Amino acid sequence: MTHADPNLYDDWPYRDRPRIVWPEGKALAFWIAPNIEFYEFDPPRNPHRPGWPKPSPDVVGYSQRDWGNRVGQWRLMELMDKYGLRGSVSLSIGLIDHHPEIIEACAARNWEFFSHGIYNTRYSYGMDEAQERAVIEDSIRSVQTATGQRIRGYLAPALTHTERTFDLIAEYDFWYTCDLFQDDQPQPIKTRTGRLISMPYSLEVNDVITYGALAMTPWRYADVLKRHFDQLLEEGTRSGTVMCIPLHAYLVAQPHRIRPFEEALRHIMGHADQVWFATAAEIAGHYRAHFWDQTVEDIARRGLATGGAGFAS
Amino acid sequence: MSALPPDYLEYPHRRRGMDQDLYPWRPAVERAPIRWPGGASVAAIVVCVIEHHTLTPAGKPFKPPGAMVTPYPDLRHYTTRDYGNRVGVFRILDALRQAGVRATFPINAAQLRRLRWLVEPIVAEGHEIAAYGLSTDHIHWGGLERETEAAWVAEVRARFDAEGLKPRAWLSPARQQSFATLELIAAHGFDLCLDWEQDEVPTPMTTPAGEVLALPLSNELDDRTLLIDRRHSEDAWAGQIEEAVEFLKAGADRFGGRMLGLTLTPYVTGQPFRISALRRVLSRLSQDEGVWTATASAIADAFAKA
Repeated sequence: MTHADPNLYDDWPYRDRPRIVWPEGKALAFWIAPNIEFYEFDPPRNPHRPGWPKPSPDVVGYSQRDWGNRVGQWRLMELMDKYGLRGSVSLSIGLIDHHPEIIEACAARNWEFFSHGIYNTRYSYGMDEAQERAVIEDSIRSVQTATGQRIRGYLAPALTHTERTFDLIAEYDFWYTCDLFQDDQPQPIKTRTGRLISMPYSLEVNDVITYGALAMTPWRYADVLKRHFDQLLEEGTRSGTVMCIPLHAYLVAQPHRIRPFEEALRHIMGHADQVWFATAAEIAGHYRAHFWDQTVEDIARRGLATGGAGFAS
Repeated sequence: MSALPPDYLEYPHRRRGMDQDLYPWRPAVERAPIRWPGGASVAAIVVCVIEHHTLTPAGKPFKPPGAMVTPYPDLRHYTTRDYGNRVGVFRILDALRQAGVRATFPINAAQLRRLRWLVEPIVAEGHEIAAYGLSTDHIHWGGLERETEAAWVAEVRARFDAEGLKPRAWLSPARQQSFATLELIAAHGFDLCLDWEQDEVPTPMTTPAGEVLALPLSNELDDRTLLIDRRHSEDAWAGQIEEAVEFLKAGADRFGGRMLGLTLTPYVTGQPFRISALRRVLSRLSQDEGVWTATASAIADAFAKA
């Protein structure tokens, strides 16, 4: 049985919300999500979606993504070092085994990791509960073993979900999901157990969308990032907002694109007095500790709490 | 042996004028000039669509623009669309208020009760509510049984009645109609329609149930079409609107007052990086003495007197 509405979160109009203030009085919480992904050369077939748009081996698609890992990732890391920015890595967990050097380099920089599935060519569609649990447990265990970090975030592989996904990650004490795009502020997610929030991640300024679907030139992307930031910063002075730039080195770190991206970063760094540069887990932790209750109360006060949990009929 | 019957080459409507009786043929050069209030050359209508997209669209006879794309549950597109109604639309409302522009907000009737918290500020800030069918997934089309379509339109009217709202204007989901749609909406008290754009001035349409006035929206300036489908930049979109305003103003001496219909989609224009382009457009429309920004009803009332 399918559901017309997911009931994963309640309606909550943006206007007149109770105030969120980030640490040190900051108006906007800014985070960068480098997607560090592994796409398999010859993935098994999922009946709901092919592993590659073209028949395997999709040589251009595969090799461009490998370029991202062997060239682009390092270039992006150096750029972020230059501005003292830490990443929150959306990680294909299988990459820990393939490319341990990347994991070590990120861990050495005190970057955060969260799970983006095992491979970006293994989709959640059609998984039973045991399979989905296995992916989550593998994710927790593999990152813990490699880095000592306990992951707290999830972005489903290739944005593929089941009706169970959110209840399961909440049960495993994940703090945030990047899978929901309904807001520029975090919000409690309605799961059977746990304390899971939606973390603004943004498909709109994600380089896959801007360079792929919207076919932007690099300088236009830089301009879009600046405008996006300026608006969210202004609104954040009324109630704190979150801006995430989700990136893929195979796109943004191309030689013709990295300088325009740096230009956008420089603009954002110029407002350091109003911006909290954080990782996703830091934002989620702070929100859960200080603003979870006020959000739930505000939704109830407006008469918008509908009860139940996600996909419950 | 021909695969086509002999009457395939018969042309029963081949004559001077239109091939339907909804409205007569009239070239732009033969119109009587319209005079808008304040002597404006352009009546600009801003139409902001409030639409809901379910996880499980039937997609009959086609998926409406904005419908789900990936396999169930397509949370990516569901939540992206939902962003428009809970966050993006409030940026648009703020921009309208700053510019002093009153807009027209078509709303899917099936969402009225749920979106009470959005309907209230829209009404309180002086905007006009319009009907937008039952839902994005209730598409009016030629293959629909007349009784089914009549029941849909009746339900739309009943749902607005239940919320104490009396909209005059109708926008069809996906701007698609059946051959009976105009008559059915006229029979249920909708005398303004935003689907047709056959002219740059309001056009009276004749139906067995009474007259419906068509107010044109420019599909070629639609935000979703230009910014998403055609990948234009925000500045290019705004620039094209400004170009249209300039051109229409310059021809006012010859052609009289005309209309410019702009559609805004909250999950598109309401994005943080796009809202400054909308502010630019609205500021231009509101500051230009040659432009009168007005709602559907205000334009219809002025047209009746013009």
